[in-house]
Amino acid sequence: MKKFINDPGNVLAEALSGVAAAHPDLRVDPVNRIIYRGEPTRQGKVALISGGGSGHEPLHGGFVGPGMLDAACAGEVFTSPTPDQMLEATKVVDAGAGVLHIVKNYTGDVLNFEMAAELAEAEGVRVASVVVNDDVAVEDSTWTAGRRGVGTTVLLEKIVGAAAEEGYDLDAVVALAQRINAAGRSMGVALTSCTVPAAGKPTFDLPEDEMEVGVGIHGEPGRHRVPLASAKEIAAMLVDPIVNDFDAGGPAIVMLNGLGGTPIIELYLMYGEVAPLLEAAGVTIERCLVGNYITSLDMAGCSLTVLKADDELLRLWDAPVRTSGLRWGV
Amino acid sequence: MEQLTDWLRRFRLLVDEHQTELTELDSVIGDADHGANMARGMAAVVAKLDAESSANIAELFKTVGMTLVTSVGGASGPLYGTFFLRFGMSAGPVPALDPGALGAALRAGLDGIVARGKAELGDKTMFDALAPAVDAWDESVTGGGSAADASVAALAAAEGGRDATIPLVARKGRASYLGERSAGHLDPGAASSTLLLSALADSLRA
Repeated sequence: MKKFINDPGNVLAEALSGVAAAHPDLRVDPVNRIIYRGEPTRQGKVALISGGGSGHEPLHGGFVGPGMLDAACAGEVFTSPTPDQMLEATKVVDAGAGVLHIVKNYTGDVLNFEMAAELAEAEGVRVASVVVNDDVAVEDSTWTAGRRGVGTTVLLEKIVGAAAEEGYDLDAVVALAQRINAAGRSMGVALTSCTVPAAGKPTFDLPEDEMEVGVGIHGEPGRHRVPLASAKEIAAMLVDPIVNDFDAGGPAIVMLNGLGGTPIIELYLMYGEVAPLLEAAGVTIERCLVGNYITSLDMAGCSLTVLKADDELLRLWDAPVRTSGLRWGV
Repeated sequence: MEQLTDWLRRFRLLVDEHQTELTELDSVIGDADHGANMARGMAAVVAKLDAESSANIAELFKTVGMTLVTSVGGASGPLYGTFFLRFGMSAGPVPALDPGALGAALRAGLDGIVARGKAELGDKTMFDALAPAVDAWDESVTGGGSAADASVAALAAAEGGRDATIPLVARKGRASYLGERSAGHLDPGAASSTLLLSALADSLRA
């Protein structure tokens, strides 16, 4: 293992110190491992918190700031944060209009956020949750823990964040979040595994001439292992499962996301391959993002997210945002 | 109560001893953190045991459960945490448990895991080891067995249930994303749950 670390047990704490040093406009609570905006939530604004295991940066801490999240709870690498962290964040950011928990659909995240929501309700804070489950790689969801929450989470946090800034109330924010989740689909592939610092070696072995299709964001193997293919062929492996899963036609926001170990030049090359395939499938790409937004440590690979977008979603997408991970219009 | 505290300390030692193995099992069908998470949680539990004494069994296991819930994360935190919280609620504010009451507390803990995780037998989870173990405990006690006898029967049943997870296709948790590829591997949660029963058997026979 070759990593910029001092002690595998201190990676998260030391990274949070770095976040605090790099971003004086954020407030980091090192004890509870929460990243807040520098300013308290405006009275009457619905507050948004998210959280999850670390190792997916910039998700979620990189999306805290005006126009997006109010706080993010960081768990250990690939491990959900705990209910006490989420409860603390929920109480701190509540400004009287309630708090939305944005949860990615993984057993641990869902269980911990459920416990936190119960505790917060008991303390008089109104909490609603949306569970993102957009990963088309998980096929038969009745026999699994359900589809994983992946790329759509990023787009949802941006759009719902803008809605909260605009003054949507909690019910409207929840309805919008559910609508976005229902309209988003993602698919990922990996060329390498990744190395969890505490484990010290790659989570699985992947020979030079093979790749994994249908990976999530935790270094877990995908649904299938296939021989390494050209970018053009891989683009079809990303696009086909998405456009076959739902009626993808019409205007959309598209994200071609790197999993952490893939150079940006390859992401652009891949975007060049997926865009015409999407257009051929009837998708009109209105907005796009290319880059590392929801990662899996040092995994080489990428994921494609397609979010069907109407005028409301596009307007909220274009609204100003000022976070370390996404920043425009300000 | 001393034996139950000893159970927790022994569980911590077993988790430490098997930490790498648990993580390796998890790296095959999960996300390679089960050993580290359980070790961190049980270290926090033992630190609590060292720092403060509980007045009764209910209080002891409330502390243990909340410590796990707030220190582990992942799915294991709420699941093991709920197990111990319900165990303590069932046991009540008493200084000691007879074999029947201990079995009832184990059953309550198991029911708590089901309430939170919605697992069923054969889903390839910790439930597959714990459920037969609690059944075996009850059967042993009904047949006149002591707590030590029951714990040995429960451990054997847990080992059987744990090993029976190998051919299963996971239907819960992160392993379920692998579909058929999860078959052929031992479930890490079933493995750590078996350690819990192993620690119990060790402390009751000591």
